[in-house]
Amino acid sequence: MKKSLAITLLLAGALGAASAQAIDTKARFMAANCAYCHGPDGKSRGAIPSLAGLEKKYFVDQMKAFRDGSRPATVMQKHAMGYTDAEFEQLGAWFSAIK
Amino acid sequence: MAFDRREFLKVSAGVTGAASLGALTGCASAPKSPALSGAPYKVVIVGAGFGGATCARYLKMWEPKIEVTIIEPNADFVSCPTSNGVLAGLTKMEDITFTYDHLKKAVNNWVQDTVTSIDTNGRTVKTAGGKTISYDRLILAGGIELMFDKVKGYDAEAQKTIMHAWKAGPQTATLRKQLEAMPDGGVFVMSVPMAPYRCPPGPYERACQVATYLKAAKPKSKIIILDGNPDIASKKGLFLAAWTKHYGYGTPNSMIEYRPNNMPRSVDPVKMMVGTEFDDVKGDVINVVPPMRAATICQLANVRNDSSGTWCPIDYRSFESLTVKNVHILGDSTLTNFPKSGSVANNTGKMAAAAIVEMYNGRDPDSAPVVTNTCYSAASASTAFHVATVFRYAPEKKADDGKITPAAMIAQKGGGVSKEESELEFAYMESWAKNVWADTLGLPG
Repeated sequence: MKKSLAITLLLAGALGAASAQAIDTKARFMAANCAYCHGPDGKSRGAIPSLAGLEKKYFVDQMKAFRDGSRPATVMQKHAMGYTDAEFEQLGAWFSAIK
Repeated sequence: MAFDRREFLKVSAGVTGAASLGALTGCASAPKSPALSGAPYKVVIVGAGFGGATCARYLKMWEPKIEVTIIEPNADFVSCPTSNGVLAGLTKMEDITFTYDHLKKAVNNWVQDTVTSIDTNGRTVKTAGGKTISYDRLILAGGIELMFDKVKGYDAEAQKTIMHAWKAGPQTATLRKQLEAMPDGGVFVMSVPMAPYRCPPGPYERACQVATYLKAAKPKSKIIILDGNPDIASKKGLFLAAWTKHYGYGTPNSMIEYRPNNMPRSVDPVKMMVGTEFDDVKGDVINVVPPMRAATICQLANVRNDSSGTWCPIDYRSFESLTVKNVHILGDSTLTNFPKSGSVANNTGKMAAAAIVEMYNGRDPDSAPVVTNTCYSAASASTAFHVATVFRYAPEKKADDGKITPAAMIAQKGGGVSKEESELEFAYMESWAKNVWADTLGLPG
C-alpha cells in the first residue's frame, strides 16, 4: 500500500509539473508584487510608470542602472538591489509579454 | 503495513506539522491533488481588505477552477492608506470609499455577513445571518481588533466622543468634523500604540496631516502626541525634518509636542482628559488608538496563538497557520517581520494565492519567495516620502550545536527611506494609492 501510494505521488507530481511548464509561476508572482505601485498587470493609473509591454532588454538594463545608481530614482534603487540578475530577466520576460 | 490513505494523511500531518510545509505538501497534499479529484475546491476568505480582496482576485486569475467565497461585513471598501488626508481636508471620504461591485463579479460567492464561529475540524464557518459555509481552505483577513479594555474608561459611551480612526470609515469622518469644530488655540491630543501596530508611520503622518489643516485654519492650535514607544517608531529622521520644516518643531512656537514613553492608560470623555503614567493631558479633540491584536476571527479559529496570544504565526511560503491546517492568515493579523502595511497585505494575499494554486495542482509552493514593501507618508499638503524594502525567505536553520534559527523574511541590503520629502513622491503616493486600490478591488482602468 505504501509503495503504491508513493507511485501515485510521483504520478501526481509529474502531471502537475507537466501542466506547469507553460507558465513561469515564479515570474508571475514576482511581477504581481510590482502591481501595488505600477498597477495591475503593470498598467499604471497614475504618475508611476507602467511596466506592461516594455522590451525585455530595456527592462533589464534599467533595473541594472537603478541598482548601480547610474539611473537616479526615488524608490527603484532600493527594489533593484533586492533582486538577482536572473530575476531581472524573468521579470523582463514577463512584462514584455503583456500587451 | 495496513495504512489506508486517511491514516497516512493523519500520521504525516502529525509528524511534519505545518512548519515543514515542503514535506507536508510533498506527502499529504499531492495525493489529494484536488485538481485531479474533480470535486469542487472551496476557498472561503473572511475579510475583503487589502489582503483578502487581493487574494480572492489572484486566486481566480491564477486558477479559475477554485471556488472562491468572500464573507465581508461592510457594504463598501474604505481605505486606511491616505485616510489621514481626510483629516487634513485634502481628501474626501468619497475619494477613499469604493464599491465592492467589481470584486463581487470576480468571485463565485459574496456573503455580506459577520463570522461568529469557526470549526477547523469540520471545516465550516457560521455567520451571524445563520449561514453555515464549508471550506477546503479558509483565509482569515480581518485586519486588527482594537483592545479598548486596555485603556480605562474607553467604553462604548466614551467611544462616541473619542475616536481612534484606525479603521477608516465613519470614525475618520467624525474625527475630521471634530477638528473642524475645534476652536483656534485648541489642543488635539493623539496617541501612538506600542509597536507592532497597523501602519507604523501612520500616527506620525497623522500629526503632519492634522498640522497641515491647523496651520492653515487654526494656527494657534497645538498637537500633543502621546507615544507609547520610547521613540518615533518609523521614518524618524524624515518626520522630525518635516515637523521642523513645516510646523515649527524645536522652537517655542512648535505646533507639535512629542512625548515618548507616554502610553495612554485612561480616558475621560466628560473632562476630555487622557491619563498616562505621568500626568493627565487635556484636549479639545482626543484621538486615542488603543493597543491592538489580530482580528477576532483569528481567535475563533485558534490561530491567534503566538506566545502572548496577540498575533498569528504563519508559514511564510503559504501564510498557512503554523498550528491549524488549511487555515491561512493574511496582512495585519500575522506575526511576521513585515511592517503591517497595505502594500504588504496586498502582497501576502498574492503569496497565499500562489501557494494555494500550487498545492491545488499537486505542486509545492515556491520554496524561496521574494516580496516587497513600499510605503509612502505625507509630510505636508504637497510633499511625501517613502520606505521600500525587498524581503527574501530564509528557511529554518539548525546549527551543529542544535540551535535553531527560525524561518524568516530577510530584509535585503539597499532598502530604506527617502533622502528627503518631495513633491514628486507626493505624486507617486497618489499613484500608489490608485494602483493598489485597482489591484486589490479589480477596479476598471
